[in-house]
Amino acid sequence: MGDKVLMKGNEALAEAAIMAGCRHYFGYPITPQTEVAAYLAKRMPLVDGTFLQAESEIAAINMVIGVASAGKRVMTSSSSPGISLKSEGLSYLAGCDLPALVINVQRGGPGLGGIQPSQSDYFHATRGAGHGDFHMLVLAPASVQEMASLVFKGFDLADKYRMTTMILADGTIGQMMEPVSLDMGEVKHYDKPWAVTGTKGERTHNIVNSLSLLPEELEQWNFKRYERYAEIEKNEALYESFLTEDADIVIVAFGVAARVARNAIVAARAKGIKAGLIRPITLWPFPKSALKEAAKTAKAFVSVELSMGQMIEDIELAIRCTRPVLLCNRAGGMIPTPEEVLAKIEKADRIGGEN
Amino acid sequence: MTTNILISGFGGQGVLFTGKFLAYEGLLENKEVTWLPSYGPEMRGGTANCAVIISDEPIGSPLVTYPDVLIAMNLPSLDKFEKDIVPGGMVFYDSSLIDRKVTRSDIKVFPIPATKMASDAGFPTLANMIVLGKLLKETAMFPAETIDKTIAKVVSARKQNLVELNKKAIQLGLEL
Repeated sequence: MGDKVLMKGNEALAEAAIMAGCRHYFGYPITPQTEVAAYLAKRMPLVDGTFLQAESEIAAINMVIGVASAGKRVMTSSSSPGISLKSEGLSYLAGCDLPALVINVQRGGPGLGGIQPSQSDYFHATRGAGHGDFHMLVLAPASVQEMASLVFKGFDLADKYRMTTMILADGTIGQMMEPVSLDMGEVKHYDKPWAVTGTKGERTHNIVNSLSLLPEELEQWNFKRYERYAEIEKNEALYESFLTEDADIVIVAFGVAARVARNAIVAARAKGIKAGLIRPITLWPFPKSALKEAAKTAKAFVSVELSMGQMIEDIELAIRCTRPVLLCNRAGGMIPTPEEVLAKIEKADRIGGEN
Repeated sequence: MTTNILISGFGGQGVLFTGKFLAYEGLLENKEVTWLPSYGPEMRGGTANCAVIISDEPIGSPLVTYPDVLIAMNLPSLDKFEKDIVPGGMVFYDSSLIDRKVTRSDIKVFPIPATKMASDAGFPTLANMIVLGKLLKETAMFPAETIDKTIAKVVSARKQNLVELNKKAIQLGLEL
């Protein structure tokens, strides 16, 4: 405990990026993630890194493509409306098979929306980050500690699989302070023989590109990419369980929603209802097998979300609709209270297996 | 044991700083701690608040809907949050700025003329620390000897000249 410091989620995330060897950051201010940019504006020059406030979110993501092509660790951050602007770049990063870290500290939408916390970019992050067939690795921190540790892991996974990792946080986790240990361990290094770093006349030149006008070739690129995705789905799904062993009612929630759910579960247990929590840490890959396993003994599931109900589709898919899944949600920047979650748990307990 | 604290007042009254002090106290005492500010346009001249939770258990939700302890530094804050305090809870408020009485009878009430006391003592911006001192005394959440250490930690490096004044302000509250 002695080495813990109090930091905001956004600041812990920024410091962890530096510790992970990221020396290039391109961004544009937007609430509630501005502390990431502010922190790195101060910190990057001290480690001979590049902090650049771009003229727009679109410019920033294209600068990310440039640095990633050169094989260096690179990051950009924004909040929901700004992430929409980056969508084209996210698709190009995938098409070029480039590793990068993109942070989304979500706020209420759609459109300009509001500035209070939200999780309504779940579909965007896990399904539709841009055009074409592709996925990003999506990590969902639920504490300031995870804001740091998942940035570290995110860079590692990005390099390992040559993919974009998105940290899908929300305004609460970004703004809050908690004790955090910045003891992140060793940075793993990955050879990047594909990087465009100059041939020095010693090898044929590398090309980083997403364009192919030969459909046979482009199809093969897609097939190969999806072989990698299958491997990731098999190996990289992460989740945390809380009191699920004997749970009749299983809550599924990530980020701040999972923390609210935890209070409700403790309250439900005090009332004699066996409730438990599965908290996905990776949203893609989604921890399907953990849910499938839970469905063998659980009577019903409850999805707690700061959206109109997006992750609930993945829950229903994972358990093949074998159990009822209830939705407990708020939207537009509102957060469900533990009392609201408890009421939904009680309802799930009443209906049991009846949908 | 979990204590949910809500601190509310005008932007500029040191609401977030007061919360930060309590969070650091918790950290130094090896407690679980969360600090969550209100953020957004309401902070520019309007009412700001922050939620601090100090617990022996891992903390779930960082939001405080029903505080055990409320600090109200202005009338809108008392109006907004008085009804939410849990029965048996505590309210500390700046009675130089709030001219009404607390209507609840099931909570412990501590009116503190903090802004006046701070002005009289020559540090008009530290009313929040006087209230904090009173809170530390009444809740006895932390051992008194940790206070100096926390102050040194929580006051930023470029404002270390204010450490002594902060200590004096807290002392005024402790002696109330």
